[in-house]
Amino acid sequence: MTSETLLALTDLRKVLPGGRVLFDGLSLSVAPGELVAIMGESGAGKSSLLNLAAGLDVPDGGAVLIDGVDMAGLDEDSRALLRRQRIGFVFQAFHILPHLTLGQNVAVPLALLRTSPQKALARAVDLLDAVGLGGRSKDYPGTLSGGELQRVAIARAIAHRPALMLADEPTGNLDPDTAARVLALMVEQMRAVGAGGLLVTHSDVAAASTDRVLRLTAGGLVPA
Amino acid sequence: MTGGLGSGAATVPRWMIAGEWRAHPWRIVTAVMAIAIGVALGFAVHLVNASALDRFARGLATVNGGADLRIQAAGGQGFAESLYPRVARISGVAGASPVVALHTRLEGQTLDVLGFDVLRAGAVTPALLPRPTTGHESDVFAPESLFLSQPGGRRIGDTVTLVTDGREQRFTFAGPIPGAASRPLAVIDIAAAQDRFGRLGRLDRIDLRLTEGADAAKVRAELAAMLPGDALLSDTQDDASRTDALSRAYRVNLDMLALVALLTGAFLVYSAQALSIARRRAHFALLRVLGASRRLALGQVLAEGLLLGLVGSALGIALGLLIATGVLRLVGGDLGGAYFTGQQAPSLLFTPGAALGFAALGLAAALVGSLTPALQAARITPAVGLRNLGDAVDPRQWPRVTPALVLMLAGGMCALMPAIGGMALLGYLSIGLLLAGGIAIMPWLARALLAPLARRSWRSPVTELAIARLWGAPSQAAVALSGIVASVGLMIAMAVMVASFRGSVDDWLDAILTADIYVSAQGGAPFDTAQQARMRQVPGIAAMDFGAQHPIALAPDRPPITLMVREGAAAAPLSGTIPAPAGRLAIRVSEPAARLYHLSPGATLWLPLGQHRLPAFVTAIYRDYQRQEGAITIDSASYTALTQDHARGEGAVHLAAGADLPATMRALKAALPPAIDETVQIVPTRTLKARALAIFDRSFAITYGLEIIAVLVGLTGVAATTSAQTIARTREFGMLRHLGVTRGQVVAMLGIEGALLGLVGGVAGVAMGCVLAQVLIQVVNPQSFNWTMDTRLPWPLLVGVGLSLVLASSVTAMLAGRRAVSMDAVRAVREDW
Repeated sequence: MTSETLLALTDLRKVLPGGRVLFDGLSLSVAPGELVAIMGESGAGKSSLLNLAAGLDVPDGGAVLIDGVDMAGLDEDSRALLRRQRIGFVFQAFHILPHLTLGQNVAVPLALLRTSPQKALARAVDLLDAVGLGGRSKDYPGTLSGGELQRVAIARAIAHRPALMLADEPTGNLDPDTAARVLALMVEQMRAVGAGGLLVTHSDVAAASTDRVLRLTAGGLVPA
Repeated sequence: MTGGLGSGAATVPRWMIAGEWRAHPWRIVTAVMAIAIGVALGFAVHLVNASALDRFARGLATVNGGADLRIQAAGGQGFAESLYPRVARISGVAGASPVVALHTRLEGQTLDVLGFDVLRAGAVTPALLPRPTTGHESDVFAPESLFLSQPGGRRIGDTVTLVTDGREQRFTFAGPIPGAASRPLAVIDIAAAQDRFGRLGRLDRIDLRLTEGADAAKVRAELAAMLPGDALLSDTQDDASRTDALSRAYRVNLDMLALVALLTGAFLVYSAQALSIARRRAHFALLRVLGASRRLALGQVLAEGLLLGLVGSALGIALGLLIATGVLRLVGGDLGGAYFTGQQAPSLLFTPGAALGFAALGLAAALVGSLTPALQAARITPAVGLRNLGDAVDPRQWPRVTPALVLMLAGGMCALMPAIGGMALLGYLSIGLLLAGGIAIMPWLARALLAPLARRSWRSPVTELAIARLWGAPSQAAVALSGIVASVGLMIAMAVMVASFRGSVDDWLDAILTADIYVSAQGGAPFDTAQQARMRQVPGIAAMDFGAQHPIALAPDRPPITLMVREGAAAAPLSGTIPAPAGRLAIRVSEPAARLYHLSPGATLWLPLGQHRLPAFVTAIYRDYQRQEGAITIDSASYTALTQDHARGEGAVHLAAGADLPATMRALKAALPPAIDETVQIVPTRTLKARALAIFDRSFAITYGLEIIAVLVGLTGVAATTSAQTIARTREFGMLRHLGVTRGQVVAMLGIEGALLGLVGGVAGVAMGCVLAQVLIQVVNPQSFNWTMDTRLPWPLLVGVGLSLVLASSVTAMLAGRRAVSMDAVRAVREDW
């Protein structure tokens, strides 16, 4: 592992409640700005891998390092702080807060970093414009389509210029045309802030837009 | 940088709270109103009682005139006036004013009359000085002059007729008493009082003013050493204690009852917040994923509770002021306890401290109600919560029961503790802890009560789904149940206590009212031996027992105890009877007296009788619900032998066989001298009993009112909770619809769930209520009012409440369900919220 490694998963082991070994000895390095697709069958452990990378779960063995910081040495609050500062998330289910405006939704990561509300909302307006939802920062999510909701999610994910993006099936709930547009937008915005990351997907089209494609199997991560 | 609630870091919680309240305003309104009603009721009751007590105390202070110390008679016969010159000569005493205190009647109303030496009173109690008309200053010394604090339109020179002990005394109205206008009072010359009212050689009071800088403790010690057995020494502090003690237990009890609505409000806030957290589980999980700390979630929910409490409390204080003003204007200061009757309606006594105190209670209720939901929000696991798996617990695991048991154990231990300052404070705390424990055990109890149903297979899929849901999500079920258990439990507790109390009073009345007719002279003892003999000879009377009641002071800081002079058979005692040793004066003491003065059969009480204190032997304790300050019963013959007082004021008539009740009553009235005709009541037993029970019902009217409000607040909470839970399950209903379940079946499923919840809640609430009732009966009542009662369960009410709950819960769920399943099923199963 070098200091230029964005994300390093080393000899990871994860055992599920009940004793099933999800993976053992899994290793992966992601360079800054590199986007890696993770494919695999349902139940292979792709989402669990993302949770471990995000510090939302603790491995049963091995190490997770983000920008050289070992997650094992951090308590829960410190892991939350790291996520707040360094990681952006895009989910399959969008997870846009229904009772906040689009602008507030996008500004949440900045507000968590104690940016003043005015500055945070100003950046949110710019980002919504960049993702094709200009002029709608005061609207509420209830009237948006799936594709539009995912655009808001992408804007939120990069609002704080994270180094690492973790995307879990970001196009899973979208029709193919919308999925393609959203994916292109996501990659474009990631490149714009210089973020690297992991993209979990079933879609070959989505995987093709990344820098490297790996498949999670019983034997670990292998090139697809 | 840890993400607490400092500036900047408060932005996200602020947005979340504002968004939530904008989306669900009625939830907020319901919670705010629950707190507001609770604070309003508690504050209003407190204000009315405080205003009435203040007025009462001012009235008493008026009568006492503001002396530094006071020697007062322990019994109704006063003490020898030879004490006066000895007291006046004590070093440190600047002035001593001898007083004769009489209780008379003027035009049918009770009137206190003070006979004193104006010259001496002027130096000691100037507030009581009368004001004669200009040019007639010497009227203050005239034996026929009488001064009134409330002249009521009388003109100088008008005749005023006072009646005491059946004798009329005429006086001439000579002027007002400006310093005592707040309370009905009359002042006459002391010599006239002694001469015309048969008090020669006796005084009832010596008011003392001490010299500037005198050592009060030394003076008290010297005075105490020279006092005879029938006199006590007291000061303004003792007056305050006595005044306060008269009604303290009643006021504290009423305050606690009023706070029941606030307690129910706290549970309503808990229900609302807990549901809100369950609904926003994924929102909080998302924030945690994005990097928010646990503390942010905790702080946000507590901040919501704080805001609810602030708004609710402010509204409650304003509402309470309004209610108290209205009550004082319409009803006066008496809320049914009869401690403050007979005085003019007091003006509102507003103290900012009390307002802040009740506002703080409202705030505390909202925060306490929000605490558990806040901890739940902080404990949400991000990865699991994001997938919105509801309870996120393994349905096969039973809910924890330890916290509930700890709370209930603590409650039980508090119930065993003694009173503090004569108030059952730990008893009230016990009720709160037991209730909290009862709420906390609901998830486990719901599982336990539903277990037999869950083990069965049901032919109806609707029934199967309903039971499976309640079984699988006990925490959500418990949230709905907490409101039911809280309000029903408290209501049942009060209902059982009142039913037990009323039943015990009823039995007590049957035990003491053994005669056919009762005769009572208002104010005094007008039946001398001759009169007694005339009344015994009235046709139709087989036997007539005469008695009297005299107040005697056993301690300067306690209200006077009542000495009951009785002849005839005594009612069965509470305790066993120990016969008095030969030569000892035998007395029976009432239950309150036994508790207040720590007496038991076989104990000795030094009783001020005649001019001495005599050792009296306690033979038994009897039940008495009339005299909260205590009573002592002495045999009439013994009393007469010791005091030479033959006059009596009461009589119990036993009719001869075949005698006509109304005719005997008329004949008794005819046997009375005209002077006391108007002041003597002759009442048949059944009427007396009905009146007593009516007084009881009136004194509990406010309790009934507070119960109803508490139940309404609780039921509103149940309705709101059930509706909110049902609406939150729209996606689940949509899924069921996709599987082929009809709308009607979904509504039926909700009806069954509601009925089961109502049944479980009703059973738990009634059981909890019966437990709490025992704390009220066995702990709070004895410690507050010094009497006990036998438990009675109002079965029709208990069954009625249970059935009503089942119906209300079921109907509410079905109505909410009809609204929830009316939405588009496709929209309802969208992955996103």
